Amino acid sequence: MIRKPHKDKSDLTLIGTPMRKIEGLDKATGRALFTDDIVLPGMLHGKILRSPHPHARIVAIDVSEAEALEGVHAVITGGDIPIKYGIIPWTADEYPLCIDRVRYIGDAVAAVAAVDEDLAIRALEFIHVEYEELPAFLDPYESLAADGSTPYVHEPKKEGGNGNVTKQVCLEFGEVDDVMAGSDIVVEGEYFFEGSTHAAIEPHCAIGLWDGVGKLTVWSATQVPHYLHRELARVLELDPARIRVIQPLVGGAFGGKSEPFDLEFCVAKLSMLAARPVKILYTREEVFYAHRGRHPFHMNYRMGCTEEGKLTSVNAEIVLDGGAYASFGLVTTYYAGQLLCAPYSMSAYRFDSTRVYTNKPACGPKRGHGSVQPRFAFEVQIDKLAERVDLDPFEFRRRNFIGSNTRTVNQLRITSNGFLECLESVERASRWRRKFRQLPFGRGVGVAGSTYISGTNYPIYPNDMPHSGVQMQVDRSGRVSVFSGASEIGQGCDSMVAYIAAEELGVPLEYVRVLRGDTDFTPVDLGAYSSRVTFMLGNAAIDAATKLREMVQQAVAGEWKIEANEVLLAGGIAMWASDTERQMPIREAFNLAEARFGTLGATGWYNTPKDVHGDYRGGTIGASPAYSFTAHVAEVEVDVETGVVEVEKIWVAHDCGRALNPVLVEGQMEGSAYMGFGEALMEEQIFKSPEQGRAGLHNAPSLLDYRIPTSLDTPEFESLIVESIDPEGPYGAKEAGEGPLHPSIPAIANAIYDAIGVRMDKLPFSPPNMWRAIEEAREVGALGKPAFPGGLPVTPEAAPARSMSSGS
Amino acid sequence: MGEAESIGLLETKYSRRNFIKGVIAVGATASSAGYFIGGSGLLGAQSVPGAAERLITLNVNGQQRRVDVLPNETLAMTLRYRLNLTGTKLGCDRAECGACTVLIDGVNRYGCSTLTHQVRGSSVTTIEGLENPDTGELSLVQQAVIDEGGFQCAFCAPGFIMSMTAMVNENPNPTRAEAAHALSGNLCRCGDYHKILNCAMRAAELARSV
Repeated sequence: MIRKPHKDKSDLTLIGTPMRKIEGLDKATGRALFTDDIVLPGMLHGKILRSPHPHARIVAIDVSEAEALEGVHAVITGGDIPIKYGIIPWTADEYPLCIDRVRYIGDAVAAVAAVDEDLAIRALEFIHVEYEELPAFLDPYESLAADGSTPYVHEPKKEGGNGNVTKQVCLEFGEVDDVMAGSDIVVEGEYFFEGSTHAAIEPHCAIGLWDGVGKLTVWSATQVPHYLHRELARVLELDPARIRVIQPLVGGAFGGKSEPFDLEFCVAKLSMLAARPVKILYTREEVFYAHRGRHPFHMNYRMGCTEEGKLTSVNAEIVLDGGAYASFGLVTTYYAGQLLCAPYSMSAYRFDSTRVYTNKPACGPKRGHGSVQPRFAFEVQIDKLAERVDLDPFEFRRRNFIGSNTRTVNQLRITSNGFLECLESVERASRWRRKFRQLPFGRGVGVAGSTYISGTNYPIYPNDMPHSGVQMQVDRSGRVSVFSGASEIGQGCDSMVAYIAAEELGVPLEYVRVLRGDTDFTPVDLGAYSSRVTFMLGNAAIDAATKLREMVQQAVAGEWKIEANEVLLAGGIAMWASDTERQMPIREAFNLAEARFGTLGATGWYNTPKDVHGDYRGGTIGASPAYSFTAHVAEVEVDVETGVVEVEKIWVAHDCGRALNPVLVEGQMEGSAYMGFGEALMEEQIFKSPEQGRAGLHNAPSLLDYRIPTSLDTPEFESLIVESIDPEGPYGAKEAGEGPLHPSIPAIANAIYDAIGVRMDKLPFSPPNMWRAIEEAREVGALGKPAFPGGLPVTPEAAPARSMSSGS
Repeated sequence: MGEAESIGLLETKYSRRNFIKGVIAVGATASSAGYFIGGSGLLGAQSVPGAAERLITLNVNGQQRRVDVLPNETLAMTLRYRLNLTGTKLGCDRAECGACTVLIDGVNRYGCSTLTHQVRGSSVTTIEGLENPDTGELSLVQQAVIDEGGFQCAFCAPGFIMSMTAMVNENPNPTRAEAAHALSGNLCRCGDYHKILNCAMRAAELARSV
């Protein structure tokens, strides 16, 4: 793709300004349609029977009594859909309904479709399943040490292998051990990141409609309609050309709806058998079992630096507790190491990460997939190293800044990089220099940084086709129709393509219609994951709109006998750049173009550059066309008697390339920081141990017991947008939806240390965990304010607030 | 939460809706039998004792609506699946998330935890009832939400908007902390609380200027 330089801000009329979301009115009036709002004539309701055992053989299933109930139209079990599915083609390991074995409490065993939901629930009681219980693996290290004396969670891929291991990755860049041995300072730490879950407020929901002669339509609250389309065809053995996937608006996802789930296959199969449409809506409890949330990570980090504070060598050993199925785990295992090589440079790096199966709900991708956990450990390690070499943690980070237009130690290509501006923004806004190590005991500030991908460079199944496509039509009325297959999950991608169409074609925003989320009429977009949508869909939209704009410009130029590039389209009119008094309504311009070129429509697409990573095995995972950068400062107050941590404020600076709509970017930054804050202080996806009875049972599958922050808990955020103008992003834009989550957690951990001198290397920083750590520190006399770097507190006069060079 | 409650297949016995069924024991027994024998709860209505009482009149959004309601039916279910007022959302169906919040006689209540039969004689307002019925004009709260660009996925928005409406009616001069308290029974997982509070404060400002 030949790239033109981005337009200057002064040439943009809409992009970069605060704009409303195009579906805002529907959302404020309750008219916006989500999947469960759809009711079809004759629709049945489905329910799924789930395993009460963490690990068991299914000896027999008898569904005859359930089938005999009047009002029950279909009952299915594993044998009805005997093909495994999985989001990653190489690790498909789940049946829509278990066939011979259940692997966690909540695993799907059978499904029914009945005239109403209550009858479907009752019918499940008439399905009789005989189980033979098996020993369950609940601890990842026990899982790793298994010798086959009891059945593995999955059969080993190779004879004699450990079937509990999903994936093991060990990559080394440079001479890690030699460089470590030559380092002046080495810090080693053990870290534990407890798992957490997405808890989108909309539960998963799907509707299947079989037309009786071969066409299947599935409505689903999914983030990945294209991958769902493919998996439905493969698993149900249907012609993909006769499957239609419709994605209504999605009520939050955060990674929790980014792969197919049992319910989508079940509604399809039940509809095929019952010859009626079938809907399944998960209960809140089922959402917790479906999970695919943040993996618990056990991490050991050894990191070295020179006396001057130059990072030298990094060695990471990571065990990922994957739960019962692979999900995205292959990618997670790589991301756990691959995404840590910026924004700091290091001369040698090794990570050894192993994902194991356990008999718990499957873990997968949650906002900031794979790198939120190691980033916590890494940024706390940086804080510890900075202290050892007597440097302010900002200064330590600056000294190790990797720069722009460079390669990381693992050979990922970095283009734009606004990390230094991010650091400067939060340092200034938080008045860091007046606070760090100087606030009274119990109060503290902490800083952390991070990077994240703007889309993954390769699709989940290998192919060379575009990652995102957009089709646009221009109507004689002046209206522009945009056909977009991208997944609107609240982030604003439908609005984003509308902004681009309005910007490029010069029409008012209300003249743009976005027709969306339907595989029958929208080009393929791979889905809302890996922070890919703005970058890829945005570029595709610019591509389509530019083709149309050039036709309109040529037609108007022909009419006025001027050059095409002198025709400006903006605000609903076409005008001559040299004499803006010369105008015509945009509708007339469109009509001229249609008269000259025929019916006006264009497709646009985006594909990734292929030379942005190393050629070692696994080098493609973690590769992205661009990277975002973030820095946070958190200010906390710790009550050492109760262990309660109050986060007073988080300053969030994020390099999103260019903020296409700053209102939406701020929303993503705040939402990310909120989610990180919740994980840091209160969220725990945990399960009962054998000692507690009912081993493997989710401890709290409800939104009261799995606590997420309310309006009262959430701290104040200050969003500081940094614009590095990426050379390849749409108008220079990069991602904003996931990167800003990462530093929340280590910034809070580092702030707790600044407040009371206690290192929190284990999540969450809940009152019980905090209190235990405080008591331990008290016993060894370690409770207290840490020393200022170099031992001399700087007076405010000696360290004037820095002036800002960029950001807003 | 007790152990037994958190097992998927025991949902049948211990879910909130079934708990409510248990509370209204006679109705529950009768209606379950109705499902079993008659198939659909609706189709089996004639065979159920007390069926005549199921056809009730509700005052929803200023209109009298005749509707057939099971004795154990929650208001959220009636609104969504019988009256097709799908603006009221279900996020948990057990009084945790607030997505189903509606106004009952002006007070914000969880629709999933209110039996429809309890609101006979009350006035129920849903998100669909906020606009001016004659002009279609948005309510002040809805206008504030549009102005401030609040909410992302907005699945929680109807519930929040109803709570904001109750708040503004009760206290049109709240502090930000009071607004946060008034909205603390509603969960937003996009983490848009900052903008949601801006909406609430803007709505109060608009209410004061009327």
